[in-house]
Amino acid sequence: MSGNPLAYPIISALKDGRLYADDDSKKVFIKGTDGKVVDASNGQAVATLPDSASAVRLNNRLRRTIDAALGSLTLLSPDASVRIQAAQSVFKSHEESSLAPLDAALKNETNDTARKALTGARAAVVLFKADASEADKLDAIATIRARGDQEALALLSGLPGDAPPAVARAATAAMASIKGNLALWSTVQNAWYGLSLGSVLLLAAIGLAITFGVMGVINMAHGEMVMVGAYTTFVVQETIRTSYPAAFDYSLLIAVPLAFVVAGAIGVLIERTIIRFLYGRPLETLLATWGLSLILQQAVRTIFGPNNREVGNPSWMSGAFDLGHITITYNRLWILCFALAVFIILLAMLRFTRLGLEMRAVTQNRRMAASMGIATSRVDALTFGLGSGIAGIAGVALSQIDNVSPNLGQSYIIDSFMVVVFGGVGNLWGTLVGAFTLGIANKFLEPAAGAVLGKIAILVLIILFIQKRPRGLFALKGRAVDA
Amino acid sequence: MTSHFLTRSLDRSATIFLAIVAAVGVLLPLFNLLLPDTSMLHVPTYLMTLFGKYVCYAVLALSIDLIWGYCGILSLGHGAFFALGGYAMGMYLMRQIGTRGVYADPVLPDFMVFLNWKSLPWYWQGFDMFWFAALMVVLVPGLLAFCFGWLAFRSRVTGVYLSIITQAMTYALLLGFFRNDFGFGGNNGLTDFKDILGFNVQAEGTRAALFALSCLALAISFLICRAVVGSKLGKVLIAIRDAESRTRFLGYRVESYKLFVFTLSACIAGVAGALYVPQVGIINPGEFAPGNSIEAVIWVAVGGRGTLIGAALGAIVVNYAKTVFTSGVLAPYWLFMLGALFVLVTLLLPKGIIGTWNAWWESRKATGISEDADSAAFEDGAVKPHMAE
Amino acid sequence: MNGLDTRKTSAMLYLDGVHVSFDGFHAINNLSMTIAPGEMRAIIGPNGAGKTTMMDIITGKTKPDSGDVLFDGITDLTRLDETQIAELGIGRKFQKPTVFESQTVEDNLLLALNVDHRVRTTLFWQDSRADAERIDQVLETIRLTGARRRLAGSLSHGQKQWLEIGMLLAQDPKLLLVDEPVAGMTDVETHQTAELLKTINRDKTVVVVEHDMTFVRELGVRVTCLHEGSVLAEGTIDQVSANERVIEVYLGR
Repeated sequence: MSGNPLAYPIISALKDGRLYADDDSKKVFIKGTDGKVVDASNGQAVATLPDSASAVRLNNRLRRTIDAALGSLTLLSPDASVRIQAAQSVFKSHEESSLAPLDAALKNETNDTARKALTGARAAVVLFKADASEADKLDAIATIRARGDQEALALLSGLPGDAPPAVARAATAAMASIKGNLALWSTVQNAWYGLSLGSVLLLAAIGLAITFGVMGVINMAHGEMVMVGAYTTFVVQETIRTSYPAAFDYSLLIAVPLAFVVAGAIGVLIERTIIRFLYGRPLETLLATWGLSLILQQAVRTIFGPNNREVGNPSWMSGAFDLGHITITYNRLWILCFALAVFIILLAMLRFTRLGLEMRAVTQNRRMAASMGIATSRVDALTFGLGSGIAGIAGVALSQIDNVSPNLGQSYIIDSFMVVVFGGVGNLWGTLVGAFTLGIANKFLEPAAGAVLGKIAILVLIILFIQKRPRGLFALKGRAVDA
Repeated sequence: MTSHFLTRSLDRSATIFLAIVAAVGVLLPLFNLLLPDTSMLHVPTYLMTLFGKYVCYAVLALSIDLIWGYCGILSLGHGAFFALGGYAMGMYLMRQIGTRGVYADPVLPDFMVFLNWKSLPWYWQGFDMFWFAALMVVLVPGLLAFCFGWLAFRSRVTGVYLSIITQAMTYALLLGFFRNDFGFGGNNGLTDFKDILGFNVQAEGTRAALFALSCLALAISFLICRAVVGSKLGKVLIAIRDAESRTRFLGYRVESYKLFVFTLSACIAGVAGALYVPQVGIINPGEFAPGNSIEAVIWVAVGGRGTLIGAALGAIVVNYAKTVFTSGVLAPYWLFMLGALFVLVTLLLPKGIIGTWNAWWESRKATGISEDADSAAFEDGAVKPHMAE
Repeated sequence: MNGLDTRKTSAMLYLDGVHVSFDGFHAINNLSMTIAPGEMRAIIGPNGAGKTTMMDIITGKTKPDSGDVLFDGITDLTRLDETQIAELGIGRKFQKPTVFESQTVEDNLLLALNVDHRVRTTLFWQDSRADAERIDQVLETIRLTGARRRLAGSLSHGQKQWLEIGMLLAQDPKLLLVDEPVAGMTDVETHQTAELLKTINRDKTVVVVEHDMTFVRELGVRVTCLHEGSVLAEGTIDQVSANERVIEVYLGR
């Protein structure tokens, strides 16, 4: 096989019908995927394709030969990721003809990942090679077993029935082992998805838990505070894009405090102008805040339009890495960390600050707190502002994984209520446990029941759970609750 | 005895209300059918159908007022019972299409043929008979309300918790009915109806009859609700609303009372939905949307909860306004107005139109007769929602 | 409600070793007490002594963690809920007067009447002469005849207290639990209330929780002082108020 750097472009162009022959000048041209044309003999760029040139046609036999040639060629590609790709396709096709190029490639391979992929591919070829020795085949099975993924399983189950008994036995054992391994990894994957969903629920619900816990107020516009946070992120990114493109990676660092302030200010405004007149009338509060949610949604729709707005991931939040057999995206990981950080900060705030102390006092016994000289109306306003502000920063996080549209808040509100109802009121730990329990339960039910039925099942389970614990997992007990 | 039971609660305003409903129910269809198009008094069919829709909403509002106004149960999922009644009727109407569907299958509705279903699912059996469908219109919402209420009230889920759980209930149903494999037409719902009891649903005569029937349903539901709230049971409901725990200590099984009135209310909502579907010609999962149920609650709040008449009035007024505003240049502002309605009514007009009117009337009467110092506080408790103990 | 149970005690109300705690706080701690049939008992104690929680336990609102609560010698109250206990014949007046404010005085009493409380009977209930007479009689006793058609919410604080006692009378229980009946009353009203309770005590057992010592003295009955969820002292008002430990608890020495 030739090491000519043009070999690969030419053959791949031939395969895709992008190779043109010009009978007049006896020259061959490659038309790139980007439309640029180069001379196939020397790689020099050509301005235009001569009119007399026509695409080189292929028949099926030729096409198969080309595929194999391409596979072998790409195994030697200078680009490691192309080599890995090629090794994967050889692993699947296990063409005997690939053995020689594989051996050649392995000889020079320096990249660990590529070497692993090439070794796997070689094992696949050896396993299916009719004249390979039994010992070689057993070695190959061991290599494939170590690989342990879905494709390895598919390869082994495709083993012909006339294989020597020792090989067949080894293959069966390897398949069982891979299946167990895969089941384990799928559990890990579900758990990860569950944690990720749980962190989103935690972010969306934690502000709600505070307002409901301290003030007994159900804020139906809570989801819209999340939406306000997401749109704040959008505005911040737009400003940065137009004025300081270089600072894009820091956009979220600016958006988080800004969203907290914007949503928090709206929250305080709502509390001062509407909610404080409705204390002791929780059902009316619910209706009034629903009205507010309609107004906020429509306001955003009027200002930003009804369609999704583009919010980008900063570079440190895009991409993914592999952990064993699962892929973890950076944005999900960051959101999990962020949710936990918000939770811890809030917990510390409740425990160690003056406002936190006052909030806890009001939660436990409003009348007593008032008679102890705590300005409960100030605490209420600040609590509502805090809850809304946290919803705002939740919106910054959610803008990274969800569509930023006027309906953003709506899609989270029922789930966040479920978290609060399930976790119980007056204790942030309840919200934490509630969010992750629901997140994980959801993701484990999904593969079995489908996304929608899984969600319905969760809702039904919560309704049944309320039977046992009408006030949630971590409920306050005693006389104060009924007061 | 039964007549006494029904009539004893008919005061002057209730009689006037019933008279108006009866007059509208009879005259509107007559004006539509008998008068020529050129007449000033002719009622176009589209307008009658539109008002037929409002009347169905009024029945739904009555059912919400019965539990919210009198028993303090704020259901944010009553749209679910309305929609279930609607689906039961829709299933009957689908079966009536027969071979006139696109695929001309004598038994299977079009969407089932489209999904390659070979036979009718068990829960569609019997819906070709009107009496069965009519029974299900009441039974299905009633049964769901009974099971749901039994679970919720027994474990004393009250106040906002109950509201949220009812919202989750309708949300779960929304998700379910969106699915094709649920067997209710998925996203598109049930539509393209042809006949009801052999009459073309599009025909003017049928429309007029449906309108008259909706008015009849409104009158009957109103009578039932009045009878309930006028009985001693009505007093118990108000007692539960104002001081649930006190009522328990008097020896009343509060959960049974709530269950009774919740189930009754769901049945009424189901009937409203069943009359709604043939008039608008479609039922789809959108009816389960939590927003719909909350909107229905605001009709009651606008009209005045705990007044029944107010609930019906509120439904008609708010929906008429919605029609007017969403069809003109003001359309983008309708949601602002609806949102403001929620806020302003709860803040400034907590008794609603009728409740405020009643309070004003009573206080005027009281000051007119005597200088009783307590008269100002007379109606004060009428809409008082909760009393902590 | 097991009628086959043998009568374990002759007491109307029997509490033995009752414990209840809320999140680690022991509201009731090894509380034991007996109330004889026909007795009137006053319960005193500083705030947080567990007086109201005790009432909650007897009426089924709170379930004790351990201990026996027997009514009329045979019925285990810990296994019943509020409704069942009310139907057994235990009536309760709350600390804060709790009447149905948006209904008339008359309707409040009608609701309290000791009749069949099932849904169906209530729905088809017909006003009867017997009911009307009973209501008239109670109105007379609580001196609210003139206010019968007024909304309960428009009554004065003292009148509400009386209306609630009137509801207890209409309920016709065997045992009345009365929580702070004279809070917010004038001296005259307090005196009248004491007389009223004494009249009621002629044929019913009464347990009164009260802070007002003049009132307790006027009742002239046996007194139990609670402290930190258990009985601190029991006896006549003079004995209890002379008790060293009671003085200590009240004066906080």
